[in-house]
Amino acid sequence: MKIESRLAQIGSREDPVTGAVSFPVYQATAFRHPKLGQSTGFDYARTKSPTRAVLEEAAAQLESGDRAFACSSGMAALQTIFALFKQGDHLIVSLDLYGGTYRLLERIMSRFGVTASYVDTNDLDALESLRTPATRAVLIETPTNPLMMITDIAAVAAWAKVHGLLTIVDNTLLTPLLQRPIELGADIVIHSATKYLGGHNDVLAGLIVTKGQALSDEMAFLHNSIGAVLGPQDSWLLMRGMKTLALRMERHEFNSVKLAEWLSTHPAVEAVYHPALPDHPGHDIQKRQASGSTGIFSFRMKDARTVEPILRHLQLIAFAESLGGVESLLTYPAVQTHADIPEEIRRKVGVDDRLLRFSVGIEHIDDLIEDLGQAIEAAMAEIGGGRA
Amino acid sequence: MTYSNDRHAGDREFATKLIHFGAEIDEATGASSVPIYQASTFHHFDLEQPPKHDYSRSGNPTREALESYIALLEGGHRGFAFSSGMSAISTAFLLLSAGDHVIVTEDVYGGTYRLLTTVLNRLAIESTFVDMTDFEQVVAARRPNTKALFMETPSNPTLKITDIARVAGWAKEHGLLTMLDNTFMTPYHQRPIELGVDLVIHSATKFLGGHSDVLAGLVVTADEELGRRVKALQNGLGTVLGTQESWLLMRGMKTLQVRMEASERCARKLAQWLSEHPSVARVYYPGLDGHPGKEIHERQSQGYGAVVSFDAGSGEKAKKLLGKVRIPIVAVSLGAVESILSYPAMMSHAAMPAEVRAARGITDGLVRYSVGLEDIDDLIRDLEQALEG
Repeated sequence: MKIESRLAQIGSREDPVTGAVSFPVYQATAFRHPKLGQSTGFDYARTKSPTRAVLEEAAAQLESGDRAFACSSGMAALQTIFALFKQGDHLIVSLDLYGGTYRLLERIMSRFGVTASYVDTNDLDALESLRTPATRAVLIETPTNPLMMITDIAAVAAWAKVHGLLTIVDNTLLTPLLQRPIELGADIVIHSATKYLGGHNDVLAGLIVTKGQALSDEMAFLHNSIGAVLGPQDSWLLMRGMKTLALRMERHEFNSVKLAEWLSTHPAVEAVYHPALPDHPGHDIQKRQASGSTGIFSFRMKDARTVEPILRHLQLIAFAESLGGVESLLTYPAVQTHADIPEEIRRKVGVDDRLLRFSVGIEHIDDLIEDLGQAIEAAMAEIGGGRA
Repeated sequence: MTYSNDRHAGDREFATKLIHFGAEIDEATGASSVPIYQASTFHHFDLEQPPKHDYSRSGNPTREALESYIALLEGGHRGFAFSSGMSAISTAFLLLSAGDHVIVTEDVYGGTYRLLTTVLNRLAIESTFVDMTDFEQVVAARRPNTKALFMETPSNPTLKITDIARVAGWAKEHGLLTMLDNTFMTPYHQRPIELGVDLVIHSATKFLGGHSDVLAGLVVTADEELGRRVKALQNGLGTVLGTQESWLLMRGMKTLQVRMEASERCARKLAQWLSEHPSVARVYYPGLDGHPGKEIHERQSQGYGAVVSFDAGSGEKAKKLLGKVRIPIVAVSLGAVESILSYPAMMSHAAMPAEVRAARGITDGLVRYSVGLEDIDDLIRDLEQALEG
């Protein structure tokens, strides 16, 4: 079955009692044991809950993994994965990564002796040079956020396998609709499902998908022991969102490519970072390993003074954190999502005070271009640059 | 804190605080119940003046109403809501660092034991389990790297009582962070911060939620600095409670006092009745005369709670009883409108090795009865037929 069909049918045949096409929200924490020593398969909602189980089963299938685990946020999913590691372990991580991941590694995991090195994960020589006997895993974001750098997942996973390292891929931006890292050799896929999978800026959620029996069992143990699980209402809302994933992504991609093309010819814009543009350095790899591109891209203004007025003059596009929702959001990474990354590292990867990240929604493309266009013009006028 | 449409909330009696906690009326519309803000992100109207909430992991209005509610009830400085009791406990333990040591109540909840001995140990957090009813054991357990102390009183499932003020006072002298799992008592019966504890934890899935329908954890910190550190962890780890759950939990908490009063009244009768029953080997309930911690418990708490444990004599007898009861549901968990009967050896404490269980009095005959809101005569008649033969 095609993935679009599987998405539309999530949970539709799971309720054996009534046949409800939308799986019920089991707002229950405890489950009666038919007899002592017997279980319905459900004992306590932290360990396994019916609504969450349907979501987890769907996520495992969509990502071609063996098991999936729903968590209370993307960060909770990441923390649960990091609990695989112990004092003294070392990780290699994408240089241009989500600020929250960086903060978790540097402010929390570091206190427990788990260390990380940051590198352009598409550079295999650089990866190899950072590998030590204590290295346990490589964590890739591809595309990265916000600079949309592309990593060749199959190449990194093959290298990791040779050295007995786990390959963890953050697949938040592309979703299993467009990219399935486990099929390319990854061991663990992680999602901030708050983004495209949920898709409506209304659910905070994380997903972990694992490949392999031993790893899946270990993750199930940690998921239950740490307890950072997703509630039934949020599990249901997330499945509801996932049913329209294919339709939404189609429009997100169409709008983002149009906007990127338009911005790349705009005189006030210095650069546009979108993997669908032919001159993007990761264009070919992305084309090979993913079946499309996402609704997110970044662009750098020529003049930093235009940023504040652009954000102020937007009328349709919201100025907010997060991404992947039906509404268009513009984010200023240097002060919002990446504020926790030290300035020198931010500048090194290119997250400077002229960079804006656009999470393109599913509104009409003409309205989006018009809104951003008028905001840029007004900003140019304000800083005295005249009409752009 | 955040919600201040009633500045007098802190001065009132507990029952009134439960209903008028400061956020019960929505300021925008006057709605009589906190709105469910099912939003993950918030619009910034002005770059220079960021909104109070920018991303729901960092702060959500519905969750925040709950967090200020529990802080008010516990008499603490700041509250935090988590996706489960274990997620609250695991987040609190991450206040420690590699190489730190923590002293823990011996018959602590099985999940806490599992977390310490199989997950946190890998991050080099060391733990020693002691019988906290014996103060000398607590003192003897301290090492140069001891940084914290974790209490559960009454403990689960044998309802041992720790002298909170004494242990917390000693811990303070030695600069230890004191944490207390207050799940069994709730702030209605026991407010550990008033007794010197730094951080209170709840599995709010239990009495606070009270309906076996919400999985949730809560933490309350006593002071600003600790609150700031817990906030950084809650946001950094993302172990937060969802909005729907936050709302349901507040809905449950409004009836906390009436539920606790009714359940406790029945629990006292049930414990007394069990203690007189010839086929019951032993009853554990701090309200019973002869319970070794009764006096301390009465000093530090306003009630005995609604959990009664008893030893049916043997594993065989306990299993037979569990097969014959008709009213309580046989399940994991506790603290709900419906009575719940659990078998710790195979349920809540299955994560504990058999020999450790035995050493802590969690025998094969031990049964834990969480008394709900049914009529006590029905519960006793039901137990009577189940204990027969």
